Amino acid sequence: MLLTPVVDDDGAPFWEYAARGELRVQSCADCDELRFPPRPCCPHCQSFATHWQKMSGRGRIWSYVVPHPPLLPAYADLPGYNAIVVELADAPRIRLVGNLVTAADAPLNSVAPDRLRIGAPVKAVFHTPPGGLTVPRWVLERP
Amino acid sequence: MGATLKDATAIAGIGQTPFAKRLQDSEKTLACRAIVAALDDAGIAASEVDAFASYTMEETDEVETAKAIGAGDVTFFSKVGYGGGGSCATVAHLAAAIATGQAHVGVAWRSRKRGSGPRPWKNTQVQLPTPGQWTRPFGLLRPADEIGMLARRYMHEYGATRDHLFNVALACRNRANQNPAAMMYDRPLTREMYMTARWISEPLCLFDNCLETDGALACVLVSAERARDCRHRPVYVHSAAQGLPAQHHGMVNYWNDDPLTGPAWTAARQLWKQADFGPQDVHVAQIYDAFTPLIPLSLEGYGFCGRGEGAAFTEGGALEIGGRLPLNTGGGGLSEAYVHGFNLITEGVKQLRGTSTAQVPGAATCLVTAGEGVPTSALLLRS
Repeated sequence: MLLTPVVDDDGAPFWEYAARGELRVQSCADCDELRFPPRPCCPHCQSFATHWQKMSGRGRIWSYVVPHPPLLPAYADLPGYNAIVVELADAPRIRLVGNLVTAADAPLNSVAPDRLRIGAPVKAVFHTPPGGLTVPRWVLERP
Repeated sequence: MGATLKDATAIAGIGQTPFAKRLQDSEKTLACRAIVAALDDAGIAASEVDAFASYTMEETDEVETAKAIGAGDVTFFSKVGYGGGGSCATVAHLAAAIATGQAHVGVAWRSRKRGSGPRPWKNTQVQLPTPGQWTRPFGLLRPADEIGMLARRYMHEYGATRDHLFNVALACRNRANQNPAAMMYDRPLTREMYMTARWISEPLCLFDNCLETDGALACVLVSAERARDCRHRPVYVHSAAQGLPAQHHGMVNYWNDDPLTGPAWTAARQLWKQADFGPQDVHVAQIYDAFTPLIPLSLEGYGFCGRGEGAAFTEGGALEIGGRLPLNTGGGGLSEAYVHGFNLITEGVKQLRGTSTAQVPGAATCLVTAGEGVPTSALLLRS
């Protein structure tokens, strides 16, 4: 089985919004600065008031790797899977680790590694594994 | 202005065990062997040891170690976090303790059975919040994946190629081929071997990754005055620094304005500020090499070249003996042994004593660095 997110207090809202099909990023309720990963207070103004801003779900591939064995068994069973970092169109400093797939419920290795390009436009989709936590994934804007 | 660390202390002894994929001795036994060897090298009795420093990841503790080797009353002990980022800081903490009179004879050590023992990333039960939530579920599982991500971006932004990474792997391997204690002593590396090697995490191949090693190392630190009475030429701690940059994320430094500058930049600013010389005066460097891309990043961070020039710096044999900056002259983590970078400290000492198996003629200054990509530390050593 693929690893499921080990959620902490600061990150919990991200996963709750993801379960509703929304990509939201924590921001400061006082100075409006976005921050990721989520944390208790704003590094710019030290406010503890937060809200979660909805993102468009669009972004670009900032970098990627194609992991090969030795791997955990569930990942070793998906040869040629990718891990990518996406910079969000709404906030390029906010970058999320994820997977590029052909569709929300497609396997992690559904995109051939030679289709991966830095700068490729992508959009968020949401995958809910059976009995698991919903995670954002990414598909190419122009497949 | 209070006390300064500059040249106030010196490394008087170094010790190490054999390095291998599998050693019979326990980590505790290996630690004791390395420490006893380092004390013997210095000519200092174990009963005089009153300070210890190691890594938070070190599994042998001060209590057991002190008891086993027969240390005296211990008045300073410290452990530094962030894996290989802590290597140089163990010496720095001892230097600060000795320079301020908290202790007189310090031992820093690292003992690890990473060769025959488990791979830390395979343990899915112990997960820090960041990797556990934001990276692991997506299959970014191992340090090689995390650094591979930065390496790909670095290559994209600056035009670095696999040949540049090969230059790093080759320089380390060439030095290991001169060092009978190195795990890769009798195994030369060719460009063809490198370019056809299996991937670990594209863009990183097998030879971009450090070794998996059982082994232990230690060094003994005393005041500069005391060091002059010891068995070997003192190797002075000229400057020391730790580095945790603003908004840094260990290993997965993807979440700030400038992910391709890391802890090396922060440590370097403090290191050079305290020093009487600069990067152009460094005769030999021992730069943390868990992965080849850490070398171009560190060359930039420590000021040997400009931003984005680290890969090009490796061209033309620059890292070989006789080059602009001879690198990891015992073979480093890539080709001698990977013991969280402690062998880089002891190799720096050998160079400044003039006893390295790949001696840089007349070497009098050496930079030693800890892991880049995690909260780090660095030392400037001089003879």
